[in-house]
Amino acid sequence: MFMQINNLKVHYPIRGGFFNRVVDHVYAVDGITMEFEKGKAYGLVGESGCGKSTTGKSIIGLEKISSGNIIYEGEDVTNKRRDRKSAYNRDIQMIFQDSHSAMNPRKRVQDILAEPIRNFLSLSPQEERKRINELLAIVGMPEDSKLKYPHEFSGGQKQRLGIARAIATNPKLIIADEPVSALDLSVQAQVLNFMKDIQNEYGLTYLFISHDLGVVKHMCEHISIMYKGRFVETGETKDIFENPQHIYTKRLLSAIPEVSPTGREDRKRERVNVETHYQKEHSKSFDDNGRVFDLVPIKESHFVAASPTVKEVI
Amino acid sequence: MKTTDELLRIKNLHTGFRIKDTYFDAVDNVSLTLRKNEILAIVGESGCGKSTLATSVIGLLDRNKTRIQGEILYKNKNLALMNEEELNEVRGLDISMIFQDPLSALNPLMRIGEQIEESLIYHTDLTKEQRTERVLELLGQVGINNPERVARQFPHELSGGMRQRVIIAIAISCKPQIIIADEPTTALDVTIQAQILDLLIDLQNETGAGIILITHDLGVVAEIADRVAVMYAGEIIEEAPVEELFNNPKHPYTRSLFNSIPQMSQENSRLNVIEGIVPSLINLPREGCRFSSRISWIPEEAHEETPTLHEISPGHFVRCTCWKHFHFKSDIGGSHHVHAD
Repeated sequence: MFMQINNLKVHYPIRGGFFNRVVDHVYAVDGITMEFEKGKAYGLVGESGCGKSTTGKSIIGLEKISSGNIIYEGEDVTNKRRDRKSAYNRDIQMIFQDSHSAMNPRKRVQDILAEPIRNFLSLSPQEERKRINELLAIVGMPEDSKLKYPHEFSGGQKQRLGIARAIATNPKLIIADEPVSALDLSVQAQVLNFMKDIQNEYGLTYLFISHDLGVVKHMCEHISIMYKGRFVETGETKDIFENPQHIYTKRLLSAIPEVSPTGREDRKRERVNVETHYQKEHSKSFDDNGRVFDLVPIKESHFVAASPTVKEVI
Repeated sequence: MKTTDELLRIKNLHTGFRIKDTYFDAVDNVSLTLRKNEILAIVGESGCGKSTLATSVIGLLDRNKTRIQGEILYKNKNLALMNEEELNEVRGLDISMIFQDPLSALNPLMRIGEQIEESLIYHTDLTKEQRTERVLELLGQVGINNPERVARQFPHELSGGMRQRVIIAIAISCKPQIIIADEPTTALDVTIQAQILDLLIDLQNETGAGIILITHDLGVVAEIADRVAVMYAGEIIEEAPVEELFNNPKHPYTRSLFNSIPQMSQENSRLNVIEGIVPSLINLPREGCRFSSRISWIPEEAHEETPTLHEISPGHFVRCTCWKHFHFKSDIGGSHHVHAD
């Protein structure tokens, strides 16, 4: 395990009243704990507004952490994340959903790719050029594309450039925030295949943030389901899909459309059942404030949020 | 059981956009029929012309920049020839539309109730009281729990799923015969998506309307469609009843698409990738099989010179003959083997 996130919280103040005082907080991320092992892919799944993107951003240092800490290779880096020269910043990189708006439209591809290199590696101009050619070769783009501007590429190509930039400094962890949700099916397949290839080749760790359970299932060994800033269930992909415990996970799984028209009447009935069950069990699955309970282990790798009083039921 | 009454017949429709004084057809010779009580899904990737097809039917395209040829027959009238005034009589009353992004489809300065009332004012002669009653009835029909309160709210006060329900309420307000839904659930979470899809099916069973569902999501298609048309580069390349298409896809493009869905593939396997990119409107090859450049390992003789739709089993149409010879590139040892399934 090379990275650990302990009880991470991101709270946004809500200001109001006469002196614009802090009247309340939005608990965007409210106490999550994760561990990353080298070369594995971790999925973070949830509906919009559940705090999954905030989690990713706070790990990389784009969001202020209210409390909790991040241990990276045995060192507490919680307050060093924004330090320009720190190794942490070099080793953790991010891929964004909309690669078009993540790239400066007035820079050529070679300058976009050179940015992380200039920031973190001290290379001579020749070495830098060589590295850029290398990166373009890794993501399967022709060498002459380095003189072009972002708008000259298609969505899939832009996403690949985004990946090229993320791997420029040989990072160890890549946080991918919905990397394929803006892409068409066939292009999505290209990008996913390619992300798997570079993972195998360079031993990368991924934190894969997505709302698409199909994609996450395909990419990740470990999945965490997030709801209202907390984990409701976390475990190996197999555990989550074959043996979901939390009512919220069950509801999420039943909502995914299956790519087969056979038996859709049954699925609809099943969905309605799960939904009524969800409404009925809602009070038991969440505490009085609607907050998700703390995680309780079911087995070594599978945790589920459960009330301390009904532990024995599970 | 589904009836077979024909609601809408699209015949040889060409919709072209003007680029530097030349018209390029984004929808190229498409013929389709929509029957009563049927959900017809039109599937394809971005740029294949599926949304253009839908907006052509309801006449939302800028007449100065587009050219519509062919026939869109509804009740023996050709919608393609109608002027704006005549179209206004049809839109909302007989044919209505559900848009992808409910927030931009709603007026941010109007209360929900007023927005639903709008088309009632235009198309019906109900009194003020009757309209208010109908608005509340509609909101209840689309599964909104407290209609009185929601009717007084503004769009920004509602969640995405609620907004889409309001859009659907507007669409069904005058009991239309045809509903065109352009990516109705793309902007929504899966749990909300499931609810909205179930709502669409329920409403259809109640009203018997025909629905044209535009989507790129094959999961959504499998869940609610009755018949599917797959579009590529402005043309329909395969059309079949939903079970037939999913169990027995024929065209290389359809088969490639199915093979690139992560959900269906085995764990840790590689996804199928379609070589090359979708040609842009200007560079679109207008002759021969439009998919041929993306399956270059299939010999040229396999394609038809001018590909047409062939009915290979009742209701199942496939364009071109290349499907008979198609195999995936990754099928090792299959390069000289001809599939004759």
